[in-house]
Amino acid sequence: MADIPLLRDISSLEQIPSENLKQGQVNDNVGIKQYTINKDKMKKSLQAQAHNLSDTQVQLELLNKEKKDGADFPKFHRKLEGIGLFPLKPTQLDIFQVNMGKMCNQVCKHCHVDAGPDRKEIMTRDTMELCLAALAKSDIRTVDLTGGAPEMNPNFRWFVEEITALGRQVIVRCNLTIILANPKYHDLPEFFKKHKVEVVSSLPHFSAKRTDAQRGDGVFEKSIKALQLLNKVGYAQPDSDLKLNLVYNPSGAFLPSSQESMELEFKRRLKEDYTIDFNTLFAITNIPISRFLDYLVISGNYESYMQKLIDAFNPAAAMGVMCRNTISIGWDGYLFDCDFNQMLDLKLPDSVGQHIRDFDRDKLLKRDILLNQHCYGCTAGAGSSCGGETT
Amino acid sequence: MSKHYYDADDLAKFGQISEFQPKLGKKFFDYYGSVFEAGALSEREKALIALAVAHAVQCPYCIDAYTSGSLEKGADEEQMMEAVHVAAAIKGGAALVHGVQMMNKAKDMTM
Repeated sequence: MADIPLLRDISSLEQIPSENLKQGQVNDNVGIKQYTINKDKMKKSLQAQAHNLSDTQVQLELLNKEKKDGADFPKFHRKLEGIGLFPLKPTQLDIFQVNMGKMCNQVCKHCHVDAGPDRKEIMTRDTMELCLAALAKSDIRTVDLTGGAPEMNPNFRWFVEEITALGRQVIVRCNLTIILANPKYHDLPEFFKKHKVEVVSSLPHFSAKRTDAQRGDGVFEKSIKALQLLNKVGYAQPDSDLKLNLVYNPSGAFLPSSQESMELEFKRRLKEDYTIDFNTLFAITNIPISRFLDYLVISGNYESYMQKLIDAFNPAAAMGVMCRNTISIGWDGYLFDCDFNQMLDLKLPDSVGQHIRDFDRDKLLKRDILLNQHCYGCTAGAGSSCGGETT
Repeated sequence: MSKHYYDADDLAKFGQISEFQPKLGKKFFDYYGSVFEAGALSEREKALIALAVAHAVQCPYCIDAYTSGSLEKGADEEQMMEAVHVAAAIKGGAALVHGVQMMNKAKDMTM
């Protein structure tokens, strides 16, 4: 491809053209073993493939490796040092984000959780009880439920009811297709409505092609049906306080553009083509870990993507990173600065309390947030968080 | 000096043209930046127009830049290829419409 540079960006967005990749050719550059992509493998998690990037240590080593030309990417914590933000400290504790498990009905190519039907790690009711106890003694207003598909956890509904009973707002990160995946999930829109759950759903594009390329064949059509069902029970309707927000994230090795202009386009297209309404679009940058990191490596985009993130470093976005007001709880109850640190297994130090059973608001507020090279994803451009832009 | 006229790495060095003439360079890049801001046309529409023009002027740097730009601004492949077809139609049409001139001349000089 080297002699046709014009085609580089576009080809990288297509499904991995494995026939175009010579064994070891691209991955030698970053020291990662080449493996052949085929349709079956794409439907499995990295873990089920015994892929070396399912090892968080391998991911961290890759993120800290020098470039092909021998130079180092600047270290993220040095960037923060340069603007007086190191060590990075929390500002408050507003959001309690619970990862209810890695089990999912989808296998999205960019998934930072490496979720899928073959993942069996899900939160137990005992751990949920510990979460409820921590919430009860704190003033955190918002509980953000994510996964995998959180709804697949057999105690999901009970947990939502208990959190709501504590007077806290529940956000669910719903992948939409779960609503149609099995008759037992068909009444989820009614359940969400009953508990005034805010629904946040990924829809990477208003075109089927771009959405399915990232999230799997047929996902777009099912997502559209699910959005229509949510609208039907009152989500994102005039005079309704039921919130339905969408997440846009690029299906390829590029950064999202202005959230505001994307929202206008999404609203126009979804309304015209499918009579769908939603409240807000969150533009989220893909963080270079797990399956998205794997995609970057095998498509030959890793270095240029990291460079794009670094070049777009924005001090204002760094000020507003979500780890400063969020605590992330893993399926097994361990505490993390964010969902990404969770997936890299960057646990809080012992002195802060590593597990939800040790939950101590004051200690958490005084902690040093753990940083690594993937953090550039949240500070690029207009910034990125689970609630979209941060500037 | 490399042995090739075009190098993909040169795209990132575009700003360096100001080195040889800072005043005009600055004027150009200020203007360029303003042109691509959202106005009566959205940033996406402008990126797609730029992509079409890039093909018409056959500028590899511009094609690289506005393929990325169009995707970043939320365009999809179908929209991008339609933009290229617009360029192709105008280029093809520009050649063919001169066929009228040819016909006029031919009619003038034939019995």
